[in-house]
Amino acid sequence: MRVSIEDVTVRYGAHVALRGVSLAAEPGQVVALVGPNGSGKSTLMRAVAGLARHEGRIGLGAAPRGARHVGFMPQDIGPRVSLTVLEVVLLGRLASLALRVTREDVDAASALLGRLGVADLAPRMIGELSGGQRQLVFLAQVLAGDPAVLLLDEPTSALDLRNQLELLGLVRRLTRKKGLATIVSLHDLNVAARFADSIAVLCAGRLHATGAPGAVFTADMLRAVYGVEADVSADAGGLPVITAQRACVAAETKPAAARAAAG
Amino acid sequence: MTAQDIVWAEYRRLAVRRTAVLLIDGAAIVATATLDVATGPAFLPIATVARSLARLAEDRTVDAIVWSIRLPVALMALVVGAALGLSGAIMQTILNNPLASSYTLGVSAGAGFGAALVIVFGAAMPMSDAYAVPVSAFAFAGVACAGVYLIGSTRGATPEMLVLAGIALLFLFQALLSLLQYVASPEALQQIVFWLFGSLQRATWAKLAIVAAVVALCAPALARDAWRLTAMKLGDERARALGIDVRAVRLRAFALISLLTGVAVAFVGTIGFVGLVAPHVARIFVGEDQRFLLPASAAAGMAILSAASAASKLVVPGALFPIGIVTALIGVPFFIGLIVRSRRAYW
Repeated sequence: MRVSIEDVTVRYGAHVALRGVSLAAEPGQVVALVGPNGSGKSTLMRAVAGLARHEGRIGLGAAPRGARHVGFMPQDIGPRVSLTVLEVVLLGRLASLALRVTREDVDAASALLGRLGVADLAPRMIGELSGGQRQLVFLAQVLAGDPAVLLLDEPTSALDLRNQLELLGLVRRLTRKKGLATIVSLHDLNVAARFADSIAVLCAGRLHATGAPGAVFTADMLRAVYGVEADVSADAGGLPVITAQRACVAAETKPAAARAAAG
Repeated sequence: MTAQDIVWAEYRRLAVRRTAVLLIDGAAIVATATLDVATGPAFLPIATVARSLARLAEDRTVDAIVWSIRLPVALMALVVGAALGLSGAIMQTILNNPLASSYTLGVSAGAGFGAALVIVFGAAMPMSDAYAVPVSAFAFAGVACAGVYLIGSTRGATPEMLVLAGIALLFLFQALLSLLQYVASPEALQQIVFWLFGSLQRATWAKLAIVAAVVALCAPALARDAWRLTAMKLGDERARALGIDVRAVRLRAFALISLLTGVAVAFVGTIGFVGLVAPHVARIFVGEDQRFLLPASAAAGMAILSAASAASKLVVPGALFPIGIVTALIGVPFFIGLIVRSRRAYW
């Protein structure tokens, strides 16, 4: 299912969190949303998930927008409640879940937990898990709904290096195999370059740049959006490798953000 | 054995354990209700009570005591306990707040004000006090519930707004109740105070049937929303992301809370402890899965109120202690012991 975002603006009272953003995610494609804190990544995700009021148009293929089509994993690592991991994942199948849970429901949930390497956590209380383990469980919950569009808001923020690589690898494989349209927000630009087909850079609520990682990640973009001096080289596969050198001095910092905020 | 077999076996084990908790609750309820029927000015041996319940008693006096006086009271304790336990569990779930209950968020205070209004100005009412007091209490419980929801909805019906609205209305109705007590005659004042203590002795078969019917009608609606209510424990954002119309579920829940609390409080007065504590007791044993938490909360409410009803007749032999006082005096130490000894926080 194709996701098309056309001229989307989101306001929180007087504050404009997103200004006329247009973007698309094709089936089988992973789009990484990057940008500084407060640039509008989560707001854009929430708007696509139908959780934030917006102006402009968000189209999800030919089907009407609804939770069965969109799987959204919010940024927070979830509350500490007295539910088992299995129950949390089962909630992802809410639309088809009867009062009496079937073997099929449990098998589907445990298979997902197994793919994420946490099947042994199934009987544990979600509140007893670490932040990273909870992120994996909530990803399993989102996948349990068998969505056509996957929206993951900083899904690796609490994960160790190995789990980051495994999770994003799984997301990319599922995206390809099932033809999902996946949008994932990330802070690690090197990880984004490695796993995403396309990069969208948000800055002060505006879309600053979009395109292939090699085209988007440039020293000029990093200086303008992040206020960081960085070297950008290419690895053996041609993917960009970013090495941050230093934060820009005040006079050079975030000129694009400042211009966007003023405009 | 595959990993899926292991997960399924663990799930079955958990479901069996939770079902066992419900069965043990059921046994406790039978025991406390039997004790409740046996106790009174004259203690009836359990065997005598059992014979009378089975319609095998030869003594018609025993039959009259059991069937006309004690059984309606004992059963009223059960259905009111179930109604309060359920409404407390729903409220704590939809507001994601362990302190939420009909008592702490103004619904019972609204009912108390409604009852006091009729007691003070009853002469102007077109019906007898026996009906006017419960009707007014029920109506004002509904007014309080609607007020909490409407005020809380002005900023999106978030749990925080609804809790604040509830606390504001609690103080409002308490102030209005104090005003009525201030202007009431000494006789009316005494009646108000007695009503506020709560009493199961006003129970009749007809009143019992009404409360039982309301609880029975609410059960299917709650069963239908059980998974959605469970999902709401993950927070509004996650629940909405799972496709739940959070506002609609919350509105339905408030309607059910209004019915359950209103009808319970209308016939027995305000009983504060049960609605707050029964869900916590249930949560310790069955967790947050509402398919088990809701019936377990109802069962815990039944057992607590039934035990309190029996105890209210035993505290001072020959005298009847107000049920609202007994539930708190006996239940609070028990509850504190339970939460202090629990290995983890459950809310």
